[in-house]
Amino acid sequence: MSKVLLNIDGSEVEASEGMTVLEAAQTIGIKIPTLCHHELLEPYGGCRVCTVEAETNGRTKLVVACVYPVEQDLVIRTRSEKVDRIRKMIIQLLMSRAPESEKLIEMAEEYGADKDRFEKEASFCIHCGLCVRYCAEVKKLSAVGFINRGAKREINFIPEIAAQECWDCKECFPLCPTSALQAAYGFTEALTSSSPPFESKAVE
Amino acid sequence: MSRIETPAALEELRKDILSKRDPDKRTITLCSGSACHATGSNLVAASIEEEIQKQGLSDKVDFRKTGCHGFCERGPIIVIHPEEICYLQIQPEDVPEIFSETIKENRIIERLLYTDPGTEEEIRNESDIPFYKNQQRLIFGSNINIDPKNIEDYFALGGYAALAKAISQMTPEEVLEEVNKANLRGRGGGGFPAGRKWEGSRNAPDDIKYVIVNADEGDPGAYMDRSILEGNPHSVLEGLAIGAYTIGAHEGYIYVRQEYPLAVENVHIAIQQAEERGLLGENILGTGFDFTVKVHQGAGAFVCGESSALMTALEGKAGEPRPKYIRSNIKGLWDRPTVLNNVETWANVPLIINKGADWFTQMGTEGSKGTKIFSLVGKIVNTGLVEVPMGMTLSDVIYKIGGGIPGGKKFKAVQTGGPSGGCLPEDKLDLEVGFDELTRAGSMMGSGGMIAMDEDTCMVDVARYFLDFLTDESCGKCVPCREGVRQMLKILTDITEGKGQEGDMELLEELSEVAKEAALCALGQTAPNPFLSTLEYFRDEYEAHINEKRCPSLYCKELIAFYIDPEKCSACMSCLKKCPSDAIIGAKKTIHVIDQEKCTKCNTCFEVCPTRFRAVQKISGEPVPPPIPEEERIIAKKGSKE
Repeated sequence: MSKVLLNIDGSEVEASEGMTVLEAAQTIGIKIPTLCHHELLEPYGGCRVCTVEAETNGRTKLVVACVYPVEQDLVIRTRSEKVDRIRKMIIQLLMSRAPESEKLIEMAEEYGADKDRFEKEASFCIHCGLCVRYCAEVKKLSAVGFINRGAKREINFIPEIAAQECWDCKECFPLCPTSALQAAYGFTEALTSSSPPFESKAVE
Repeated sequence: MSRIETPAALEELRKDILSKRDPDKRTITLCSGSACHATGSNLVAASIEEEIQKQGLSDKVDFRKTGCHGFCERGPIIVIHPEEICYLQIQPEDVPEIFSETIKENRIIERLLYTDPGTEEEIRNESDIPFYKNQQRLIFGSNINIDPKNIEDYFALGGYAALAKAISQMTPEEVLEEVNKANLRGRGGGGFPAGRKWEGSRNAPDDIKYVIVNADEGDPGAYMDRSILEGNPHSVLEGLAIGAYTIGAHEGYIYVRQEYPLAVENVHIAIQQAEERGLLGENILGTGFDFTVKVHQGAGAFVCGESSALMTALEGKAGEPRPKYIRSNIKGLWDRPTVLNNVETWANVPLIINKGADWFTQMGTEGSKGTKIFSLVGKIVNTGLVEVPMGMTLSDVIYKIGGGIPGGKKFKAVQTGGPSGGCLPEDKLDLEVGFDELTRAGSMMGSGGMIAMDEDTCMVDVARYFLDFLTDESCGKCVPCREGVRQMLKILTDITEGKGQEGDMELLEELSEVAKEAALCALGQTAPNPFLSTLEYFRDEYEAHINEKRCPSLYCKELIAFYIDPEKCSACMSCLKKCPSDAIIGAKKTIHVIDQEKCTKCNTCFEVCPTRFRAVQKISGEPVPPPIPEEERIIAKKGSKE
C-alpha cells in the first residue's frame, strides 16, 4: 500500500493510504478523544467528539478523525479554539443524558465543560452504538439493536435472540461507557427468564 | 402493444397518433392530481363518464383524467378543448349543466369561470388567468394534456424523442457536454451541478453503475415532485434513461415515498408501458442500450431524502446517513458509482436534449438556469404549484402569481427551502429566485417549498415549528443533531411559552454552530437555519418574547390575553354563545366580561365579535385591565351605555 505524508499538530506523519486521520494520529501518540470508536468496528462517526480541523489546498474544514481518510499534504489540527468549543458542547449535551458516566466526567474536566449546562434527562445511553455494532459486526448476532429514531431512540435487546445468545457472551458489557447497556440487559433478562409465561412465548 | 424498434419508428408512431386525433374534437380534461382528488375530482370524473354514457356522446367527446394543473386553490379544474374553456371548483352537480350548456350549446357558464379579483372580469381560458399567465411552465405544463396512465399521450407531445436522439445520434460525451453547458443544477436542495455529478460517475472505473430518482419529497407543504411523478411519470423515466446512457449505467431506481400512492401507481404503470414499447429494457430502440428501472417505496423517514441515507435504505438497511467523505457518484449504492438526482432535475433532462443548452440557458440568472417549480402555500390567495423562470423576483411570485396575502393582512415573511431553509422579510422581496441568491440571503432554494406568512405569524413560533419537525425526523445517529437540535427546540418552546431567559439567544447560537459545523449529514447541518434566519431578520421578536414576555404577532398562547372593552361591548351575546369554555360572563343588555381563569385563548370571541363593535381585544405584554364592577355592566338603552 502506498504511503502518504501528512501533518498532524505540526508533526510530519507517514501513513498508509486508506488509514483514517485517527489511526495516523495514534501512530505518533497524538490522542484524539472518541466515544463511539472501536478498532474492531467500522467507523461510525456518530459522537463527533473526534472532530478536528483539516486543511487541504488552503481550505480548512471540520471533519471527524475516525472516518476522514489520510491524504497527501493534509494538515490536521486536533485542538483549536473551535474544535474545543464543539467538543465542549457535545460533552455538555451528553451529560444531560448520562451525568454519571466516568468517561464523560473525565472529558468534561479536560474541556472545561459545564456538567449542568442542560437540564438532566438521564436516559443513561449516549447512543455510541458500540454494543449494537459489536454484536452485529463481530458476533454477527444482532441481539441488541436500536429502536425508534431521533431523540426517542433507545437500545434494546431482542428477547428471542438474547435468550439464546447473550447469557454466556456479554462481550459488549465492557464497551459501554455508561450503565445503560447493563440496565437494558437486566430488563431483558427479567423479561425472558424470571417471568415464565413470557419465556415460554419468547423462546420457542 | 408492439415494441418500437427504431428511433424512426418512434417518430412514425407519434405522427400516427396525431393523425388519428381530431384537433377540433371536444375533449374534456379534468385535473386528477392528489390535491384535486382531495376536493372530489374522482366524483366529478364519475359524473362526466356517466353523462357521456347517458347522452351517447362517446364518439363525440373525449375525456381525459390528467395530472395536476397547479391551481390547487380552485380545484377540481376542468378544461374543455379545443376552446380551452376553464371551469374551476367543479362539483358533480355542475356536470349535467356543463354538458347541456357548454358541450351541446357552446354556451359559457359564467359562474364557473375565474373572476379576476382586481378587474371583476371573467376569464375564459386557463392560460389567461393571472396565476398561469405569469408562469413559464416547461416541466409542469405538459401535465394538463397527459393522461399519465397512457403512454400515447406522452408520445403525442414528442415524448421519448430526446432519449431516441441521445442514444442514436449522440455519444455519452456529447450528452454530458450539453447538460454541463446547460448548467443544470440539482432541484432537490443542494443545487449541485448535475453534469459534474454525472461526469464523476462516468469517469469512475467501475463497470456497474446506478442512477436513482430521489422522490422522497418530505418538506412540509411541498408536493411538486409528487405532482410530476403523478402527472408526467414518463418525463422522469426519459431523463433517467438519458442519464444512465451518459454515465454507463444499466439499472435505475425510483425511491418514492409510500405515502404517495398515486405516484407509486402511475410510475409502475409508466415503467410497464415503457417496457412494452421497448423504451426500457434490453436493446432500447434497437440501439443496443439496455436499461431497467425498479421502484423502491420509502417508509416515510424524512432523512431518507438525504443521499447517503437514501442509498443505505435502498440497500435494505435502516435509513441513516453514512459518515463518508467520498462522494456517492464515486462510491454510492452498494459502493458503486451512483448518480442521484431529484424528480424535477431528471424531468429537465429531456428538454435540454431536445431543445439544447443554448435555449435552456436563455432563462435564469447568472448561476441558475431554466425554471423552478415552487409549491406556493401558506397565507396566500392562490395556493398551488407554480413554475417560474429562475430570476423572477419573490415579489412577482407572491403577488402576480400568488395573488398576494388574503384577508387584507400584511405580508411578513416568506419561508423557502423547506425545514432547512429560512424566512425572508419584506425588504428581501426584490430578490431574484436562484440557488445562490437565496443562499446569500440566509435561506435556500431547497426543493422548492415556498410558504407565505402574514402579520399574524410569530417568527419565533415558526422557528420552533420547524425545529420540532426536525427533532422528530432526526435519525438520532449523531450528537449535534439528536441532542443539540432537541435542546434548541426546548429553548425555543420555552421562549414561546414566556419562559425565555437572558442568554437563550446566545445558547441557541452556540448550539447552532455545533450542529452546522459538526453534524453528520445535511439534515443536522442545516437544522439551525430556521432559527438563524428568523434571528437575523426578526431579532426584535425574540427580544420581545424573552425580555417583555410579549408576542408582537399576538400568536403565542401563553403570552396573550383576551379581554372585552366595556366601552365597545354592546352585549350582543355573539361571543358569549360561541365561547367553547363558557369563559364569558354576561347577559342581554349586560356588558360581557372574560373570566381569565377559564379562557383557553382559542380566539373564537375575537373572531365572532361583529366588526361594527370590535370589542374583543387581544393583548400581549401588558396586564389585563380589571373587569368593570358588576353594577356598571348594565346597558340601560340599546346602543347607549350609562
